Amino acid sequence: MKTVTLSHGGGGKAMKDLIGAVFVSAFDNPLLATLDDQARVPIGVLAQHGDRLAFTTDSFVVDPLEFPGGDIGKLAVCGTINDLAVGGAVPLYLSCAAIIEEGLPFDMLGRMARSMAAAARGAGVQIVTGDTKVVQRGACDKLFLTTTGIGVIRADVMLGTQYVRPGDAVLVNGVLGDHGAAILAARGDLALDAPIDSDCAALHGLVETLLAAAPNTRFMRDATRGGVATVLNEIALAARCGIELNETAVPLREAVKGFCEILGLDPLYLANEGRLVAVVPPDEVQRALAAMRQHPLGTGACRIGQIVERRPGQVVMHTVLGGQRIVDMLVGDQLPRIC
Amino acid sequence: MKYIDEFRDRDKAAVLLRAIEGVADEIRPEKPLQIMEVCGGHTHAIFRYGIEAMLPDAVELVHGPGCPVCVLPLGRVDDCIAIATQPGTILATFGDAMRVPGSRGSLMQAKAHGADIRMVYSPTDALEIARKNPEREVVFFGLGFETTMPSTALTVLEAERDRITNFSVFCNHITIVPTLKAILDSPDLRIDGFVGPGHVSMVIGMAPYDFIARQYRRPLVVSGFEPLDLLQSVLMVLRQIADGRAEIENQYARVVASGGNAAAQRAIDAVYEPREHFEWRGLGSIDESGVRFRDAYASFDAERRFAVPGVRVTDPAACQCGAVLKGTLKPHQCKVFGTSCTPEMPMGALMVSSEGACAAYYRYATKAT
Repeated sequence: MKTVTLSHGGGGKAMKDLIGAVFVSAFDNPLLATLDDQARVPIGVLAQHGDRLAFTTDSFVVDPLEFPGGDIGKLAVCGTINDLAVGGAVPLYLSCAAIIEEGLPFDMLGRMARSMAAAARGAGVQIVTGDTKVVQRGACDKLFLTTTGIGVIRADVMLGTQYVRPGDAVLVNGVLGDHGAAILAARGDLALDAPIDSDCAALHGLVETLLAAAPNTRFMRDATRGGVATVLNEIALAARCGIELNETAVPLREAVKGFCEILGLDPLYLANEGRLVAVVPPDEVQRALAAMRQHPLGTGACRIGQIVERRPGQVVMHTVLGGQRIVDMLVGDQLPRIC
Repeated sequence: MKYIDEFRDRDKAAVLLRAIEGVADEIRPEKPLQIMEVCGGHTHAIFRYGIEAMLPDAVELVHGPGCPVCVLPLGRVDDCIAIATQPGTILATFGDAMRVPGSRGSLMQAKAHGADIRMVYSPTDALEIARKNPEREVVFFGLGFETTMPSTALTVLEAERDRITNFSVFCNHITIVPTLKAILDSPDLRIDGFVGPGHVSMVIGMAPYDFIARQYRRPLVVSGFEPLDLLQSVLMVLRQIADGRAEIENQYARVVASGGNAAAQRAIDAVYEPREHFEWRGLGSIDESGVRFRDAYASFDAERRFAVPGVRVTDPAACQCGAVLKGTLKPHQCKVFGTSCTPEMPMGALMVSSEGACAAYYRYATKAT
């Protein structure tokens, strides 16, 4: 089995071969193919799409590299696209920096690069520049990817927590917690087989659909690490308003529910990679939901709560039983409970 | 989910709440009646479903000592870290023990400093790690009441059968009955009745609680963990108080047999013997409240296999976990609550675990007003 060695990071011929064979061939686009130190993008191309540049970066260190519903390559592309998309940007270009632990099989690296390429192609973005480093065994865990993304925001799109008002509705585009549960199950430490696929997906198409139907959408955020609970707390704090959730309205897959019951986890804190929270004014809620449900990534769209004046900065859940509880920020990671 | 959603039914909860209000009106107590839920799993469910605020003012829930992570004393965490940091050792632990503070940090911090500490969901997972790493010493951090005691015991029996010599347990298993007695003996006690632990009782059965009714004249109702279980159990305790009865009743009959689980009891008896006393955070030393391995299983006892400091570290003087555990103080009435003791920097363990009353109150009481 051919594996990556430190010589592939040495800057010489071995490295050039690796970049060519793995990344350039997979990403396959003229901006990258020149292999210059930078990708050069005509400003005119950007300006066709809007009046503001959106610029973001994210690192991906997921273990295992491959999991049901995705892999680190797909995740690295979709994750950064989503960070652009929820700002209302049309994603256009990505960079890809790979930190590879020596000993990683070439096959695996090739699969991850092809997975990135497929995700980028599917999303209509190009990976136009990158970097490759190989580190000693133990200095990283198999493969770390960092992607930086550039997108452009249309002139009429205005999103931000400052636009959030009491009375607005809180929507999500589908069942929650799939990614977090899929990763925990795939790690195998918990000896639980759960038929759960990650929801990993690029959301810019759905965002476009949503903004067309509900042009006065106030704010969006993808509910990644920390889950929907964390995003809602961030919104409540930034917008200085309260958020009330209805537990019965929170969409969960049966398998995720059972998984969380067994492990004593709260699905509201599980990571998602293809779910967003959207705050929408009351008169656009129905149109927003109808439009999202027409989109393949929004078939499970629903309203989970509302923005309120009371208890600014707080997220309160109306429980299935009719009681109330605070949904707070987590201090650290969620830990499975003993009993 | 089948057999779960049925126990979270809002309409049935409303019926039970009306009945609870009815009995509370009948009793008309001068001070609110204090009902202690003994088990941390119950505390968790009470906060998760917002049950406390749904009860009438005449009924007050006191969150008892049944979170095994919460009552772990500082010195035992220090000992555990001392074991985990010995070269070549792998420590396997339940997740929620990771953040419990010792006198010089938590397992989480020890892990960050390089100790090989792994989260497991069962002691058999720890044994599996031992099988896969024959050149390493694998130690399981054995924690919990009678609920988790049998699984640790069976794992030790399996290790003995399979002649696995690199596996041991740092045994911190504790037992609930002597602790209930200690609480009932405390001079400032105000508890009017108990919601008894469901999973512990599934193992030990109902008989060990008899003294609570006989000697102390307090009702105890063994309860399940779903919200309707808890509401029904509170109702059953109140009904007893209204009738002037003090009995041990079983609400959780779908799981708890009155004799308990004989096989689990046999495993416990085979492997453990009582310690003369065991230290509880907040409650101090309680006679016969902990177990250790019998001499026949000494080779699986991490305390005998490793040099542990075994230093008794007193709780911080300002910490009032004990009063909270006994129900004489509400969490927010503690001197350090929310100031020098917060979930980010817990001083007392009740602030650490999601089953800890203080951590739950911190979220609610500091912000809800």
